[in-house]
Amino acid sequence: MNPDASTIAAGAPIEVDLSPVAEGQDIKVFWRGKPIYISHRTKKQIDEARAVNVASLPDPQSDEARVKSGHEQWLVVIGICTHLGCIPIAHEGNYDGFFCPCHGSQYDSSGRIRQGPAPANLPVPPYQFVSDTKIQIG
Amino acid sequence: MSGPSDYQPSNPALQWIERRLPIIGLVHSSFVVYPTPRNLNYWWTFGAILSFMLGMQILTGVILAMHYTPHADLAFKSVELLVRDVNYGWLLRNMHACGASMFFFAVYVHMLRGLYYGSYKEPREVLWILGVIIYLLMMATGFMGYVLPWGQMSFWGATVITNLFSAIPYVGESIVTLLWGGYSVGNPTLNRFFSLHYLLPFVIAGVVVLHVWALHVAGQNNPDGVEPKTEKDTVPFTPHATIKDGFGVACFMLLYAWFIFYMPNYLGDADNYIPANPGVTPPHIVPEWYYLPFYAILRSIPNKLAGVIGMFSAIIILCFLPWLDAARTKSSKYRPLAKQFFWIFVAVCILLGYLGAQPPEGIYVIAGRVLTFCYFAYFLIVLPLLSRIEKPRPVPNSISEAILAKSGKAVASVAVMLVAAGALFFGSLQDARANEGSDKPPGNKWSFAGPFGHYDRGTLQRGLKVYKEVCSSCHGLSYIAFRNLAEAGGPGYSVAQAAAFASDYKVKDGPNDAGDMFERPGRPADYFPSPFPNEQAARAANGGAAPPDLSLITKARSYGRGFPMFIVDFFTQYQEQGPDYVSAVLQGFEDKVPEGVTIPEGSYYNKYFPGHAIKMPKPLSDGQVTYDDGSPTTVAQYSKDVTTFLMWTAEPHMEARKRMGFQVFIFLIIFAGLMYFTKKKVWADSH
Repeated sequence: MNPDASTIAAGAPIEVDLSPVAEGQDIKVFWRGKPIYISHRTKKQIDEARAVNVASLPDPQSDEARVKSGHEQWLVVIGICTHLGCIPIAHEGNYDGFFCPCHGSQYDSSGRIRQGPAPANLPVPPYQFVSDTKIQIG
Repeated sequence: MSGPSDYQPSNPALQWIERRLPIIGLVHSSFVVYPTPRNLNYWWTFGAILSFMLGMQILTGVILAMHYTPHADLAFKSVELLVRDVNYGWLLRNMHACGASMFFFAVYVHMLRGLYYGSYKEPREVLWILGVIIYLLMMATGFMGYVLPWGQMSFWGATVITNLFSAIPYVGESIVTLLWGGYSVGNPTLNRFFSLHYLLPFVIAGVVVLHVWALHVAGQNNPDGVEPKTEKDTVPFTPHATIKDGFGVACFMLLYAWFIFYMPNYLGDADNYIPANPGVTPPHIVPEWYYLPFYAILRSIPNKLAGVIGMFSAIIILCFLPWLDAARTKSSKYRPLAKQFFWIFVAVCILLGYLGAQPPEGIYVIAGRVLTFCYFAYFLIVLPLLSRIEKPRPVPNSISEAILAKSGKAVASVAVMLVAAGALFFGSLQDARANEGSDKPPGNKWSFAGPFGHYDRGTLQRGLKVYKEVCSSCHGLSYIAFRNLAEAGGPGYSVAQAAAFASDYKVKDGPNDAGDMFERPGRPADYFPSPFPNEQAARAANGGAAPPDLSLITKARSYGRGFPMFIVDFFTQYQEQGPDYVSAVLQGFEDKVPEGVTIPEGSYYNKYFPGHAIKMPKPLSDGQVTYDDGSPTTVAQYSKDVTTFLMWTAEPHMEARKRMGFQVFIFLIIFAGLMYFTKKKVWADSH
């Protein structure tokens, strides 16, 4: 009953070109059937994410730990609400991040849970920068 | 099933079989001479009603499975084509979909009856626990069946429910992967759900056999909760219980048929007429009405794991009921306090169901917590306490004594219970779709509304013209074939006219012998070609918003009716939210944007569109389409015509459905009446 070979093969890493994504925009790509949000954050969003007292968060994690150093403007998260799996909407909610329409969880510009029933931050998928404008997810 | 039978068939062939397999004796002792308490009321017919519903679901389900394709890309379409093209496919689907709701409605009545009359008490504990197992199996089966049409609610319901298991520590994620067969809900999930949805009803049937066996060993409970002592206390199962159950089933079928023929979508969610899309979450994910109380419990607990535990224990706690309630008096009829708390408990369940359909915010969250506490308090505090402090009224010595002392009070309690059961049913139906700040569409007078509704041929023909000349440049109609235009209940074209209409279209076919695709004139069997080759092209050409396919649009759009209108709708058969909405949006464009509303670049203001910003420019203007029959060429007339046409594309067999509904009702009313008088005759000397 575990995933079959073709399902696993289809879940191989994908490459995403970031050059068309302007500052303040974000794109949604699918990997392993899951939506991945790639946000080109503004300076304001980054500052907001870093100004928070990490210890006060429900799921304490610093913004630095959630992005690749040298590429702070890029936030890559799996867009699946950690509560019950709905897809949060980007650029909504009170924290300049994501808002889940199902049960009202709100995530900040670092994808961290700030308010609502979700127990954890939006997970960061395994990825690395192949070049300055290209990432490989998986 | 109550001991060896001494039944001997008179026919020698049957005797020969009986000596080798005493099956006729088994049936005879279980369903013919089996002694059944003389004082059973109509709440006891729900056992037979449930058996009938299980049989119905298996029968319609097996036939539906012959036409269904369990594949993520094909499932939605196969269900639609099943409804449109299979002989009486619409009937099968409605029977199966409404049948699930009826099955749950009957099981809730059955369970509450057991709760009220103490049917779980010694010596019926195992009987009761088997019932809880059946209920759990039903929930699993119902959930997986709801996933199969692969609409938006199917997909997102599956996502939310399977994610519940991820709350289990350590093994949760692995369990979810096993359920999905992949990294998310997808084709492997659909395949295994289909397999299990086919399997579980037979498991239920097996447990039902055990349930009936346990029942026939312990004997039936009865409204007075005193065990039968002498032969005077019982009557033989056949003909007494058989005919009474038959009458109960006939009455239940009237309700069932009301949904099948007149309100097939009343209990469903409009979003499930939108094909599943893993990239878009519907604004409110609401389970089917029969899960709502448990969904409310899940959501009212702020911690994810605790919420899941709370939800499951709300069901599992029923297994311990025989030991939580230690009172010696079975029936609440003789327990003045337990009776009152029972009705409070019923009200708590109804209100939880209502809350389960509301958005989880503000007062709803607090109310949900209070009611969740009440739910568990009934089992864990009230019942154990009552069995110690309550002073029950004296119980009659025997059933026959109870019958002699029968007063009119039972009628009142039956009436109260009917009202509460009805409220449970309808209270949980509240559509959770928030209105999102848009105005409610005005109601219209549609020729297809009501029990004798029909499509006006001229309106359909004009609507087709509007679609062809205006809508079809952006919107597809992919479930409609040209041949449908000549079918009964449609626009009333002849076969030759439909063929001529088809030949105006260019349809892509191929590959030919050289391996190339080519274009040829359309044939009656072809479907309306879509204006865009795929969704991405449609999106790119329309500023990022793909124009939806219109085949099902009048069923895929709705708006909340709110309390108490949705109850009124059940009786008036109001089903036209979709057409009202579509027609309102077509006429809702206004140049002047009201203050406080900002419309982004490339969108247009529409009074009735949720959020008011619609990507579609005003599609219709006066005089745009010429009519040959002298009808006014106004936007209002165009909207009415095209909406009627789109109602037909969504529900091409509606006329046949309502016509057959009328025949079925005439038959069922006569049948129920005959059953009633036969029952009276059979029971004449037993009361």
